[in-house]
Amino acid sequence: MTQAIVPAAVIEAPAGPTWRERLNRALPIIVLAPSLIASLVYVFGFAIWTFYISLSNSSLLPSYDFVGFHHYAALWSNTRWKIAYTNLFLFSGLYVVLGILVGLGLAIAIDQRVRAEALWRTIFLYPLAVSFAVTGSVWKWLYSPDAGIEFFVRSLGWTDFTFRLTTDRNTAIYAVIATGIWQSSGFAMALFLAGLRSVDPDLVKAAQIDGAGRFRTYRKVILPTIAPIFIAVAVIMLQFAIKTFDLVVALTDGGPGISTQFPANYVYDLMFQRGQIAEGAAGAIMMLAALAVVLVPYSLYLVWRKRQESGHG
Amino acid sequence: MVEATLRSAIEVDPAASLAARRHWLGRFGVYSFLSIFAIIYILPLFVIVANSFRPLPEIVQNGLIGFPHSLSFSAWSRAWSSYCVGGTCQGVKPNFLNSLELTVPATIISTLLGAMNGYILSKWRFRGSDFLFASIMLGVFLPGQIALMPWAFILGHIGLSNTIAGLILIHCVQGTSFTTLFCRNYYVNIPDDLIKAARIDGAGFWRIFWKIILPLSPPILIVTVIWQFTGIWNDYLLGVVFTSGRNQPITAALIGLATGNTNAKIYDVMSAGVLIGAIPPLLIYFFGGKYFVRGLTQGAIK
Repeated sequence: MTQAIVPAAVIEAPAGPTWRERLNRALPIIVLAPSLIASLVYVFGFAIWTFYISLSNSSLLPSYDFVGFHHYAALWSNTRWKIAYTNLFLFSGLYVVLGILVGLGLAIAIDQRVRAEALWRTIFLYPLAVSFAVTGSVWKWLYSPDAGIEFFVRSLGWTDFTFRLTTDRNTAIYAVIATGIWQSSGFAMALFLAGLRSVDPDLVKAAQIDGAGRFRTYRKVILPTIAPIFIAVAVIMLQFAIKTFDLVVALTDGGPGISTQFPANYVYDLMFQRGQIAEGAAGAIMMLAALAVVLVPYSLYLVWRKRQESGHG
Repeated sequence: MVEATLRSAIEVDPAASLAARRHWLGRFGVYSFLSIFAIIYILPLFVIVANSFRPLPEIVQNGLIGFPHSLSFSAWSRAWSSYCVGGTCQGVKPNFLNSLELTVPATIISTLLGAMNGYILSKWRFRGSDFLFASIMLGVFLPGQIALMPWAFILGHIGLSNTIAGLILIHCVQGTSFTTLFCRNYYVNIPDDLIKAARIDGAGFWRIFWKIILPLSPPILIVTVIWQFTGIWNDYLLGVVFTSGRNQPITAALIGLATGNTNAKIYDVMSAGVLIGAIPPLLIYFFGGKYFVRGLTQGAIK
């Protein structure tokens, strides 16, 4: 067999061929090891540590006296946490569904052989480059009645126009949702557009020859073939939603009152403002649970799809 | 099928003018739809660009949405070097430099690690490598809050609390999950025969990486660099938890600036500051966006 040659720099010490061979075989693992260990500690070590803290009686500093699920009970009996979790569900649902609809609408419109396609794409995609901190600060101004959109429309002559989502505790959450969609529907658009472009043109032609109109062609032929993209976009947006934090801090700071609290904000407050790290850790574990609810079915679906594909050749 | 074609041809012909009218109506609909959304999408950018050049009294009087009547550059210089953020009056300049000092090394290191890991996990598989890949991938989804307490503990013990170096360490560890995922999924599509042939010709682990893998990598490296750069630059959570005051990266400092001054409306300085914080990732997007979307759909999302 051929003997692999290793650059001299790697092995300086004179070593027998078996030594060299053995090192050669182990080389990938040696190179991988440091970042692998770091990743494993990060993924498993940190999650287990945080879980343990959530079961302890830690307050300002970590302690390791076991108190069971006491902090979870405290968390779930807290109004602020319940509002945060309700908000998370409302936000996730609307953000994902409407984000997909807007993204898909934009992708289909751009796919109609429009002029200056790159320009349109850039316009819809640029919010993705901007931080939530920036997005939140600017939209906060636009929502504010005394200088933003309401002020502008009134100055045009429509004097009793009202647009004040963020000042009312019943509507503030919709301002967060709309801003979230503004930020990430371009991402959905980009993925859908790539999907539309990958559909076999013969398939589309065949449908049109069969007399299907443009609308029917999309509904019956094109969209079903890009179904996996819908699922991928939904999963990616859901995990964005669960991590929502800085958008809320910059846009509403959780208010008015506690109406736009999110789990991530509450966990942060518990850990770093109130010194209740055990309850904060319990909240972080609940966020992880929410993610698992999304990701476990998704990974099962991926495995299932792989089997289907290999089953049909 | 032939019948159907014939029928549609017969139907279309007498109604040709109607079809043409419908075509133009359709075009009009498409462009109006895109234009309405484009206005909503551009509005915030327009507002901060315009307001960073408008004098404050004009903004207060005419509202945030409006064209500048006179150009004023003072907001930019105040935001950059003299406005008071977090107790010191040096503008956002120190924070901007912190962000550069953080983002550039963290992006480079995590991208290189990801390329290396991706190469090994796709081309030098060993027993358990698929399991290891799945575990690394979990890091992509882990909510940042899970890791806050452990990181605080570790940074405290190695003396990196409230330093940029500490943030670099965190972003490298957390970012390697993303970069490994991107690179591994991309390298999987490089034919194994290519690697085999190279090995028969006597190329080893490093040489295959330098001579075969890296030259094929630019599309995915662009994706990982854009992803990491914008992600790290725009991160708020880690910045605000692990650094304070002058040591904060710009994203954290901007939120401090926005929420710290609830009474004084400093729209002009805020606009300039927000723009300064948004310019680097925007530039990266405007120049690399095309490759980003292409690469993302090629390798990263499958």
